[in-house]
Amino acid sequence: MAAVDDAPVGLVADVVRFSWVDGPGNRFAVFLQGCNLDCLACHNPHTMPRRTPLARAVTVDQLLGEVRPLTPFLSGVTVSGGEATLQAPFVAAWFAAVRDEPTTARLTRLLDSNGCAEDATWDLLLPVTDGVMLDLKALDVATHRELTGLGNAQVLASLDRLVAARRLVEVRLLVVPGHNDSKAALRRTGDYLARHAPGVAVRVIGFRPHGVRAAARNIPAPTEAERAAYGAWVSESVGPQLVTVV
Amino acid sequence: MRSAASGPLRRRSVGVVEMPEFRDRARALVDSPALTYRQRVQALAGLAEESLDPPTVSAECAAALESGLVCDLAEGHAPYRPRYLLPDYARALDRGSEFLGLDAPTDLYEAIAFLLSMYSQVPSITGYPVYLGDVDRLLEPFAAGVDDDTLSRLIRLMWVTIDRSLPDAFTHANLGPDDSRVARAVLSLERELLQTVPNLTLRVDPRRTPDSLVLEAVRTVFACGKPHFVNHPMMTDDLGPDYGVVSCYNSLKVGGGSHTLVRLNLAQSATRHAGDVESYLATTLPEHVALTAELIAARIRALVQDARFFDHSWLVEEGLLSLDRFSAMFGVFGLAECTNTLTAAAGGAGTYGHDADATALGWRIVERLAELVARTPLPYCQGNDGVAFLHSQSGIDSDVGVTAGTRIPIGDEPPLLEHLLAVAPNHRHFASGVSDIIQFDDTATRNPQAVVDVIRGAMATGMRDVTFNLDSNDFIRITGYLVRKSDLAKLETTGLARHGSDVLAAGSVANSHVSDRAVKRVISAESAPRVSG
Repeated sequence: MAAVDDAPVGLVADVVRFSWVDGPGNRFAVFLQGCNLDCLACHNPHTMPRRTPLARAVTVDQLLGEVRPLTPFLSGVTVSGGEATLQAPFVAAWFAAVRDEPTTARLTRLLDSNGCAEDATWDLLLPVTDGVMLDLKALDVATHRELTGLGNAQVLASLDRLVAARRLVEVRLLVVPGHNDSKAALRRTGDYLARHAPGVAVRVIGFRPHGVRAAARNIPAPTEAERAAYGAWVSESVGPQLVTVV
Repeated sequence: MRSAASGPLRRRSVGVVEMPEFRDRARALVDSPALTYRQRVQALAGLAEESLDPPTVSAECAAALESGLVCDLAEGHAPYRPRYLLPDYARALDRGSEFLGLDAPTDLYEAIAFLLSMYSQVPSITGYPVYLGDVDRLLEPFAAGVDDDTLSRLIRLMWVTIDRSLPDAFTHANLGPDDSRVARAVLSLERELLQTVPNLTLRVDPRRTPDSLVLEAVRTVFACGKPHFVNHPMMTDDLGPDYGVVSCYNSLKVGGGSHTLVRLNLAQSATRHAGDVESYLATTLPEHVALTAELIAARIRALVQDARFFDHSWLVEEGLLSLDRFSAMFGVFGLAECTNTLTAAAGGAGTYGHDADATALGWRIVERLAELVARTPLPYCQGNDGVAFLHSQSGIDSDVGVTAGTRIPIGDEPPLLEHLLAVAPNHRHFASGVSDIIQFDDTATRNPQAVVDVIRGAMATGMRDVTFNLDSNDFIRITGYLVRKSDLAKLETTGLARHGSDVLAAGSVANSHVSDRAVKRVISAESAPRVSG
């Protein structure tokens, strides 16, 4: 992201002051505008364009001003998107500021990412980031391309790097019926994660049509029993204690 | 008896039950198919009390009581026991009791039997003890050397016995602030037993109470709506180290208590006022505070001087209660309506909890109340330097169209943060308790740490009491006590309630949209089936 007067500016789609679904505890969640994937099942499609008049430009100081009075109520801050790593310099500056200011220093700094990020991007982010929650849309390349428009080589490379850096706190599997919901695919994914990211929590999320684009509205939401099955298949290798199904 | 207000003294005879009516009502109670034996005995006692003349007050005060401006919560015409009393159970366990004929217990078995025996001999306004003590601190010394299974089994028997023998949701046990095996065993059992009795409070001290214990308590809230959380440092600042939380949200001194709880209806206070905000605060509010205080004083004198409770109670004789740790509770309710009425009269359209000016006016009214109550001397209130404790009273089943205490009206609450910031500034003024119920949905159950964060944040922001209600379990917090929705349904179809508080709750749900607020079994018998704390 461009810096204005040396103060990094972020393009923000939304800020949720108290989020209970973007990591552990009550978190101040910033959703950045712009994504590098084109996911069929995206439930926040308005955050996909890199530029939109609906987004607002904010400085680190502005965000710090917003989070300061909320600090006693929070476990931490999360940056999500869109794809947060697309604005890595801003995210790095934001996390560094949260770490360096005494009133906010105890807050944990988590990043939500689809993993489509270069090594240089992680070089910038990892020193100031406590943990990353990584989306793996599909382990199979063709399915990944069908669901997102791109292959997953970079995602899997990011996964390995984050594990090596001990920064991977959760892998999220969005299961879309008819696309990546087969028993074989989910068992393979579980097996892969057990080998590449041992001990890391896995959140299995059943697709919900709420908020998605027209193309995805006819995809049925999996039933509770189907979601439980997804979780069970992934758990075979990963271990049920690490798997949450929502 | 002297009266604080001017005007001729008169014996308030309205409401006194005369003999023909007394006989009819006594017969109806004796014959009632809907009451258990014990409930009949209690109701008959209440009826007998109603046949006596109430304490003498001035004509103005009597009129305020009849109109509902001032409300004595149907405590009864002839006070003969304090409303809330908090026996010093630790001292009793340490010394044994001559009255009970029990030596000091030497092991966990004896300690639990001692407490259960003692509970049966502790009075209060409800006929049941409203305070069971800080059971973790009381029992932990006896738990050393007892294995986990035995500890859990004994506390289970204790808890089940409390629910079956003291079936009143105002019966209240305390835990914390320090971590202990007993506290964890109680929380774990609560999740399994799903009883509304006893009511439960966790005292939280950010420096002493570990997150993991608060987290256990939050998981327990998910299962059964308990415990309620109190800000321990704030409580000890106001009440000293020995305090307890009783009935619902009433914090008082251990070894003492509150003679009475009389409340001022702020909604009505405002509608009786003609003029601006300044003249309300300068003239009308002080007059209404004086009328409320007059009734409090009359009731205290009746208890202490006429019924002479403190001259013949075994608890006093054995040093487990002392008059100098007692005060009274000056309750207020309907702040939301009061604020909105005054705002509208001044041409404003904002409402309490939503509009910054209206909310700030609410804070100002509470501040003024605190100032007025702090300079109104009352007899036998040495437990609070000779004045009453201000209390934000959480409602009774007959309140219609008036919001409990200083809450934002049910169903009208702003988002969580705005809600907390709107009500927190009031909390410092209510040493004897204030409740604002925080509603949340299922999302929380997947992220209990978020609720721990909110509790810690709320306390850091100056909140004294924090209570949660979860949308999806069987428990509903009525005004401060808990009932099970399934028990309410049973009361409706069969007319029978094992717990006295279920009867009150049914009235409260029908009258005040409590179930709109959220989600929510038992009697909550603060006095005859009309009152809660």
